[in-house]
Amino acid sequence: MEMKPLTRVMLGLVCLLVAIWLVAPTLVVVPMSFNENKSLAFPPQGFSWQWYENFVTNPDWSNSFLNSLKVASIVAVVATVLGTLAAFGLDRMKARPANLLRMLMLTPMVVPGVVLAIGIYAVYLDTRLVGTLLGFVLAHTILALPFVLIAVSANLEVFDKRLETAAASLGANALTTFRTVTLPLIAPGVMSGLLFAFATSFDEIVVSLFITNPYLKTLPVQIFASITRDADPTVAAVGTILLCATTLLIGGGMLLLGRERKGAS
Amino acid sequence: MNPKAQNRGAAIDLEQVSKAYGAFKALDGVSLRIEPGEFMTLLGPSGSGKTTTLNVIAGFTDVTSGKLLVGEKSVVGVPAHKRNIGVVFQHYALFPHMTVDRNVAYPLRLRGVTGAERERRVRHALDMVKMADFGHRYPSELSGGQQQRVALARAIVFDPPLLLMDEPLGALDKKLREWLQLEIKRIHRELGTTFVYVTHDQEEALVLSDRIAVFNRGAIEQIGTGRELYDEPATLFVGKFVGDSTVLRGPAATSGGETAIEISGQKVATAKRLANGGKPVMLLRPEKLALARPGAGNDGRNRLTGRIGEAIYLGSGSKYEVDLADGSKAIVRSTLEAQSFAIGDEVDLLFAGSDVKLLADDDKADLTLT
Repeated sequence: MEMKPLTRVMLGLVCLLVAIWLVAPTLVVVPMSFNENKSLAFPPQGFSWQWYENFVTNPDWSNSFLNSLKVASIVAVVATVLGTLAAFGLDRMKARPANLLRMLMLTPMVVPGVVLAIGIYAVYLDTRLVGTLLGFVLAHTILALPFVLIAVSANLEVFDKRLETAAASLGANALTTFRTVTLPLIAPGVMSGLLFAFATSFDEIVVSLFITNPYLKTLPVQIFASITRDADPTVAAVGTILLCATTLLIGGGMLLLGRERKGAS
Repeated sequence: MNPKAQNRGAAIDLEQVSKAYGAFKALDGVSLRIEPGEFMTLLGPSGSGKTTTLNVIAGFTDVTSGKLLVGEKSVVGVPAHKRNIGVVFQHYALFPHMTVDRNVAYPLRLRGVTGAERERRVRHALDMVKMADFGHRYPSELSGGQQQRVALARAIVFDPPLLLMDEPLGALDKKLREWLQLEIKRIHRELGTTFVYVTHDQEEALVLSDRIAVFNRGAIEQIGTGRELYDEPATLFVGKFVGDSTVLRGPAATSGGETAIEISGQKVATAKRLANGGKPVMLLRPEKLALARPGAGNDGRNRLTGRIGEAIYLGSGSKYEVDLADGSKAIVRSTLEAQSFAIGDEVDLLFAGSDVKLLADDDKADLTLT
């Protein structure tokens, strides 16, 4: 149907407004990170790189960044392996028990973060896991697993299981079939699960606030602590760096996926 | 790969093979011997057990009871990936993330064939199915017929002594199907391996096979060459499933060596009788029936009155559907020289008693036809 010019203009305007509304908070952060004064006032005044410098040189910031990187990397790998195996197992189970188990594994997504955090904290106090790498990895894996499960399950749903029968007829045992046929074909799901798991852990704050201690802080915890203590524009610098990093990561991933699809089709 | 050095193919023996899913018997005591190098077709309607039989041989389905030997060795309990049997599926089942070359090389990789030897065998297999120029394409870049030829190359590249094909041409259009049938026949001749082919298309079965096993309701009704099945059907089901046929049913009387059936007051007879009892019915092939104008001279042949219900011009002749007085239909094929009739014409249907196949009535024969 042909749209009237006026309708088209109105539609464009509304879309633009919604888009601005969605990205505005993100875009506020970028100019603030170049503020000359130690204040989070917007609009910022002057221009300086000092907060970026502070992020790199101040051990409070750089350590928490490295901690987050370490935790998120381990969580991404652990959650991806477990989530992929779980998705594969559920896919091969009878529908009823599979759905029950799936719901159980997805609960961390719907249970309020605070509730989860209190439970984890209580258990960690007894087991001395507060402020440990293992503690962070275990807690974040619980939160990241559902994302991997969902991403991989979606891929398995459209995966043609008859290809596995074909592989068997050609001489491949179950493990070889999984490695050479199933896994390559569900790889997009596994990769996006990995990214989601990494991101989930990297910016997790609620549970982290409970299980952190002065010896092990993740970046979100450090940001929160800093912003509640004083108005340090370093948080804006960190935010800008993260914004650039995630944009590159997601953009690169999408480019890679697009190329893959083209090759396969 | 020296064609002469290839094995002649494996024999297959099924002895009283049954497969039950709960109370439902998908296979009910199937016994079948397939000779080395033979082209055997398993023919039957859907749900008749032909595909289950193929899956049992391939190892995709376990048997509930019975013996299964491939190459004179029992393979019951041997998993599919250890059976070394080539399988071609109706849905091609090519790996979409691999090129044609990599698809065909897949079974060779698994068998540790490397380098130039692998390259050579992939070439040879693709040459055989005339797909040598498509090695670098992905399956999604090929037509259905091309994909199926690649799947065939992949299934024969590792020289299996047995090749199973599950309705491989089912998804293709008629012209392509007929051409690929001839290709498959040629490849069978060149390889000399045993082929087991599943189809519900009786014409396809007749074109391809050395012998045909006709399945119905989880059991084999008859095993024989196409000519045997057509000329001497053992059961009413086989007679109806293989080729066109007319079935005459009615109150029957047997006296001496003669059997007569009454159809709406008209009696037809044949000098035959059922050996094993049962209610006799007459089965007639279309070319054994003749049409004449009503009341035309009596030559001692059986005669039934009817009316032309459908007249189909086939080029090489005509095919008529004749509505008989009892409401049943007769199918008549007449040659070009014969008289032609129009829809609605009253006709006499003529046939010799010696051309009648006398078979036991079987209500299962109708139910499974769709």
